[in-house]
Amino acid sequence: MTGTLAPPEPGRPYRDSGFRRVLAFARNTWRGLTSMRTALILLFLLALAALPGALLPQRILNPPKTEEYIAQHGWWGELLDRFQFFEVYGSVWFSAIYLLLMVSLVGCLVPRSADYLRSMRARPVLTPRNLARMPHHQRSVTDAGVDEVLTTARKRLRGWRVTEAEEDDGVRTISAERGYLRETGNLVFHFAMLGLIVAFALGKMFSYEGQVIVKANGAEFCNSGIYGYDSFNPGLRVDGTELNPFCIRVNGFDARFTPSGQPEHYEASIEYQSEADLETGAWRPYQLEVNSPLRTDGDRVYLLNHGFAPQFTVTYPDGTQRSKSIQWRPVDTQTYLSEGATKFDPPGVTDSEKRRQQQLAITGLFAPTAALQGKVLSSSSPELDDPGVAVDVLRGDLGIDSGRGQSIFEIDQSMVDNGRLVRIARENLEVGQSLTLDDGTQVRFDGVDRWVALQVSHDPTQGWVLGFAVAMMLGLAASLLVKRRRFWIRVTPAGSGDGPRRTVVEAGGLARTDQAGYGEEFSRMADELIRLRDTGARASDTADPGPRSPHEGKS
Amino acid sequence: MPVNETLSQYSDLSYTTAVAVYVLSMILLLVEQSFGAKGRIAAQRTRERARQLVGSGAPAEGASELPELTPPPVAEPPAPRGRAERFGRMGVALMVLGALLHLAALVLRGVATSRVPWGNMYEYIMAVCLIAVVTWLVVMRRSPVRHLTSFVLLPVVILMFIGGTMLYAVAAPVQPALQSYWLIIHVAAAIIASGVFLVPGVASIFYLIRARHDRDPAKFARFAPRLPETDVLDRIAYRTTVFAFPVFTFGVLCGAVWAEAAWGRFWGWDPKETVAFIAWVIYAAYLHSRATAGWRGSRAAWINVIGFSATVFNLFFVNLVTSGLHSYAGVS
Ligand code: HEM
Repeated sequence: MTGTLAPPEPGRPYRDSGFRRVLAFARNTWRGLTSMRTALILLFLLALAALPGALLPQRILNPPKTEEYIAQHGWWGELLDRFQFFEVYGSVWFSAIYLLLMVSLVGCLVPRSADYLRSMRARPVLTPRNLARMPHHQRSVTDAGVDEVLTTARKRLRGWRVTEAEEDDGVRTISAERGYLRETGNLVFHFAMLGLIVAFALGKMFSYEGQVIVKANGAEFCNSGIYGYDSFNPGLRVDGTELNPFCIRVNGFDARFTPSGQPEHYEASIEYQSEADLETGAWRPYQLEVNSPLRTDGDRVYLLNHGFAPQFTVTYPDGTQRSKSIQWRPVDTQTYLSEGATKFDPPGVTDSEKRRQQQLAITGLFAPTAALQGKVLSSSSPELDDPGVAVDVLRGDLGIDSGRGQSIFEIDQSMVDNGRLVRIARENLEVGQSLTLDDGTQVRFDGVDRWVALQVSHDPTQGWVLGFAVAMMLGLAASLLVKRRRFWIRVTPAGSGDGPRRTVVEAGGLARTDQAGYGEEFSRMADELIRLRDTGARASDTADPGPRSPHEGKS
Repeated sequence: MPVNETLSQYSDLSYTTAVAVYVLSMILLLVEQSFGAKGRIAAQRTRERARQLVGSGAPAEGASELPELTPPPVAEPPAPRGRAERFGRMGVALMVLGALLHLAALVLRGVATSRVPWGNMYEYIMAVCLIAVVTWLVVMRRSPVRHLTSFVLLPVVILMFIGGTMLYAVAAPVQPALQSYWLIIHVAAAIIASGVFLVPGVASIFYLIRARHDRDPAKFARFAPRLPETDVLDRIAYRTTVFAFPVFTFGVLCGAVWAEAAWGRFWGWDPKETVAFIAWVIYAAYLHSRATAGWRGSRAAWINVIGFSATVFNLFFVNLVTSGLHSYAGVS
């Protein structure tokens, strides 16, 4: 990459032009950025920058807790907020570090890929003159002929990249190298990491996640727009208009617990219609479980949680009845004691002023297995064995028309505080029991529905991310576990004419990788070649520096 | 699936005995390590043996391709087996016994609960420690480092003590989110990686002590001479890290696949995920540092120690202090 900038042409006077200075600056920056040391420092910075995300609450994960933390820590919290410490992974500084790292990575990979291609075509280096200087070395004399040794060596070196050469006096050598997979793996790893980061970033733009509570009594939910959801987190490029259409119907929910109340199994039986089914009207059944989401047309539907929706019937003095079951939210994750607010408008009242004096709210606690201590309701198990409620009934203005958003789980406390919403009854009820208000209105606790909290997730690039991650994994394993190593053998005919035919076999080895532990393999290979009709005159340099190769003096 | 109480009690018994046996083994090995003059001679001997082994190893990556000259071989005198060495051998035998009991404790837990025995923090730590012990036994077969064993057992015993007292959890089934074959694969990979990482962490601490002493012999003057040469320690740290790192990567990858199925996204910067990411980046930095001029040696050793600290931090701080989705610690 440094060769792209030519030195000043000869003949032309060197001018310290602004352009040149910019070029020089760019070149130096580039060199600095793509050096190994910079990559190392950037890696550290990345680790350091990720840390606050583990120590401080993060807005993407838990917004209320984040706000609480900021409120608790005064100016310090606000300062941290200003510097994006509560959105670490989207912050300017975190992005800057990983973008720099990406640039560094590209700058590193381009020249290394070129080197790699060159080295893949290169032949193994010639056998060094003095093999005894290699970290691994063995020498022996055998009475096999030169060709015989070479044939065995060729056979043994199958799978290695091999070149042969001839030196003076009939001396023959083989140089062999293997373990090229190491560099391949290293490049695959780094390129795949690059791909993974890009796919991850694209995913962040085009993905979305929505949560919705659906009652498990045959209620339906369709993915038709963001207003169907209770909460919706779109990626940067998602406006919620072109969601994949599909529908879900939740027919039932089943939970099993251990005797100690620990959950053992959750399962919702649902039916769904993917886009194609919407026209035919066909429904397909599916058992939705934790760990096994419904996957349809690139969307996934998860079972996140479950809970209860107590059903109440209000019978007004004139005999009209209104029934409602609204989800209440679990406040205790062990026993599923739940709280909520079920709200009623008076029937047949058109005057809004009058209506606002007659609205009813039933709030309080619901227990799937009621346990009463005196009048205080608690739940002894998450199992739906003996449901009970402890309710307050309030009458007056619920504040629904005030224009303020209202939680479905709560009443507007300010209406109570300013006396426009008044508690008129408090009672514990079992299924079928009712209470009577001062004006003769009856409130009956009819029973309970279950609900499930579903999440719909859409991420068009996650398959790519997985593919790159697997490639990274394989590349990494190859790059760390494969050894790049060289093996040389020099075969010298000794003993001439009528004496017994003798051949000096010398082997040398070098591992090109750090702490590779090549010794054992080398010894095994050298032994196999040298044992060939060994005459016993053998030397290996760990036992005895012994006689050197006959060629030593020649060079 | 009901829990078999009897087996779970045997498992607890086995666990406690394993810890006791480790402590005993540690004491014996400490005796060898510090047995006056004889201990020092033993250390000296192992060091010479080590030098030969290293001498026949390869030059470091990035060094010139010219091979280094091998040092002149040292003729090894037939070593008289001193009393110190006998203690050492007994210590190792006890360590093996401890490892068997340890394994029994783990297996019995698994049988008692009819699931893999790594569903809560107590079991997780038990398994990590077993891996660390086994890794060290393997390292010991290859490098003459027996006299350092007590320093590897020390963190193991501490972890097991903390696990067995403060984090103990009664044998029980796991919650629905954990009922997946990914629990087996993902957590097993995390356990193997963390257990193996303990060894390079300890070796790197020794490296730093030894390197400090080599630079200034007044430092650690009593202790450091008993340590192997820096290159032996470096090699142990590198080889074990290079084994554990791909396993760790695999574990994180499986975690992401599992998270996609269980929580609706493959990566969400949950505290556990974040710290795993940090540890991963630190170990990547360790590997890079060994290929960067000026960063080999002590700096690399520091990075490895920091990497292991991140692993321990992930185990304790993230499980016990922060609240994330990885709340399976089973500690109440
Ligand atoms: C996004 C950040 C990066 C990560 C997470 C990363 C990770 C890794 C890992 C895990 C290895 C180990 C494989 C091995 O040792 O063979 C490695 C090796 C290597 N990386 Fe990176 N890398 C990153 C960026 C870079 C950059 C920017 C460069 C170039 C300046 C680079 C150059 C190298 C080289 C030359 C090796 C081989 C070192 C050796 O063989 O020991 N890497 N990298």
